[in-house]
Amino acid sequence: MNEFQNILSETIERLLSDHVTKEVVQAAEEGTWPSALWNALEENGLTRLMVSEEKGGADGTWADALILLRAQGRHAAPVPLGETLLASWLLSNAGLDVPEGPLTLLNDVTLAGQDGAWKLSGTAVHVPWGRNATFGVAVLEGPDGVTYVARTPLAETKKSHELNIAREPRDTIQFDGVSVEAAPCQLPGNLPKNLQVWGALMRSSLMAGGLEYLQSQTVQYANERKQFGKPIGKFQAIQQQLAVLATQAAAAGAIAAHACEAASSDVDCSFEVAVAKTRIDEAVNISTSIAHQVHGAIGFTYEHNLHLVTRRLWSWRAEFGSGREWAAKLGREAIVRTSEGEGDTLWRYVTSR
Amino acid sequence: MHNFRFDPCRLPLEAEELRGEVRTFLKEALVGIPPVVRAQTWSGYDPAFSKKLGQQGWIGMTWPKKYGGHERTALERYVVLEEMLAAGAPVGAHWIGDRQSGPLLLNFGTEAQRQKILPQAARGDILFCIGMSEPDSGSDLAATRTKAEKVADGWLVNGTKLWTSNAHNAHYMIALFRTSSNPDNKHAGLTQFLVDLTIPGISIRPIKDLTGNAHFNEVVFEDVFVPDDMVVGEEGNGWAQVTAELAFERSGPERYLSSYLLLGELIRELARRGDKSADAEVGRLIAHLVTLRQMSLSVAGLLEAGENPILEASVVKDLGALYEQELPVKAHELANVEPMIGTGSDYGQVLGFLSQASVSFSLRGGTREILRGIIARGLGLR
Repeated sequence: MNEFQNILSETIERLLSDHVTKEVVQAAEEGTWPSALWNALEENGLTRLMVSEEKGGADGTWADALILLRAQGRHAAPVPLGETLLASWLLSNAGLDVPEGPLTLLNDVTLAGQDGAWKLSGTAVHVPWGRNATFGVAVLEGPDGVTYVARTPLAETKKSHELNIAREPRDTIQFDGVSVEAAPCQLPGNLPKNLQVWGALMRSSLMAGGLEYLQSQTVQYANERKQFGKPIGKFQAIQQQLAVLATQAAAAGAIAAHACEAASSDVDCSFEVAVAKTRIDEAVNISTSIAHQVHGAIGFTYEHNLHLVTRRLWSWRAEFGSGREWAAKLGREAIVRTSEGEGDTLWRYVTSR
Repeated sequence: MHNFRFDPCRLPLEAEELRGEVRTFLKEALVGIPPVVRAQTWSGYDPAFSKKLGQQGWIGMTWPKKYGGHERTALERYVVLEEMLAAGAPVGAHWIGDRQSGPLLLNFGTEAQRQKILPQAARGDILFCIGMSEPDSGSDLAATRTKAEKVADGWLVNGTKLWTSNAHNAHYMIALFRTSSNPDNKHAGLTQFLVDLTIPGISIRPIKDLTGNAHFNEVVFEDVFVPDDMVVGEEGNGWAQVTAELAFERSGPERYLSSYLLLGELIRELARRGDKSADAEVGRLIAHLVTLRQMSLSVAGLLEAGENPILEASVVKDLGALYEQELPVKAHELANVEPMIGTGSDYGQVLGFLSQASVSFSLRGGTREILRGIIARGLGLR
């Protein structure tokens, strides 16, 4: 980590340790917006990490964002920090103004009209924190075939409130040809202009953080909980399970870092993101199961903290394409490359990335 | 709790340039070697091929020039290794010496040992085997019983080493012997020796494995005299030295690429069949491949930085062996063939070989259970 990343890491860790208590997360699950937490993130400039310096941001890279996202995942911070980082990055690169407050991402909407008179229509479903966000941001194709970034205020929209299994808002929002601001999507280098890719990278990074929590929490529990006269972590059966959890968390961390590194170097990182989402989904499947098995009945109670992270992991793995959907894309591309190429096309491709 | 570190490691430009050279070399050198033979990769024994690699300067790449090495970086060496493994080059003859015996002598050997042995090893002329396991000492390595008793000017060795890969072909064994016993501390009193396998009293009996190959051996020592100057490192320091050596043994790309050839063959088979139903499974195998490669590279980066990533290496080896063992299972599920010996398609033969051989991949170099025990210790559970 460089100097800036060290500061980022210390700042977010301190801030989330102070503000993300069990009470705050549970209150958020009952519908209370954690304003103190959000304000602290904004006041420290963290929500504008990926905005250009001229627009008041820090011009951060995805490798920098990973630090914040892992921390958010570790702490189960109940705010759309990832969505805001991503949305503000898209806006900033497109030359659009970056509004204050939490931002969110819109899918399933369409853009009509022309420069200066853009209209947004459609029903955006499962909009993260739709009821709390000030603006929604979409990446979508315009009538002229160009990929645009559009932003629209959400205060006056028609919403139906829904929750995912982590009890985070995933609202449905109706757009009826509302006027929006839009500009052609511009990203550095050959970065893909595809919200699904960036959402998958953002969720993958959060999940890598969540898995770090599962590792440390489960090890700690195994060292504290005594049965048969000793801590259960002294039993080989438990040790072997925890070792498996640690290898899965390590794999997730490694591939999240690799994908964010690729995204930071302005190359088309769709492949790396597909790999990360595929691999991390599997790590989540294995690790959540081990963490709950080791915790026993107490981990199944609402009282215990474990589910604050495991329920988020189960929600996030389903968003922006499941691992299996991304894997199918990876597999098809590899089979096509082999059909069309000569020799070991897979190895040449993997080592050329 | 240990903080497992898998930071991204970007290969330097010179390493990528080297990759091109290696590919050009391999394209010619591997002509005519069928996939089922190439599937043996780092078990494939071909001393003539090893000598060719020696001439290329691709053995002992990181060793000092004064010992016949080439003073290249660990990352350049990494690229050569992964290209050899991915192509299925028969690198088994020199693999052990390049990976661990050479580095062991560099770390702990005497000046005379280094000068005598290393230049020949770097040329691919001297081949090593590792004498660790015994009939009653497998995972419990410190239970080593083969005894070296002090006599005038040297040591008298009696006992048996088991599962010693390539002992029947090797010139030297790096052997772990018990030089004193202390019932309260079995890790003490172990010493490493450089044993010339031509000296009298050593009998080597190949053991046929379930694939029909005979890679490993039983090596019996009967009143074998080993001179004093063949002690490696300090008398009694064997456990610490072996532990350091295992970091090299467990950290390389061979710990996840042993079944790689089958993935390429599987994809070719699916392309040939025009089968799209396996896309997601193939994609998943690719995601694992890329993740393991990044983790393995990260370990190479730590080695290059002079660190001792024994825990990270254990993580990669555990995940890597699972992957190597899953590949034949998945291939069987996704593109079934009845595996035959010597007949049938390349795909079928590679699948047949690896279905049999891969059970050993989580045994050799430290069992799955031992690795997970090491990881659990890193987590602060033991």
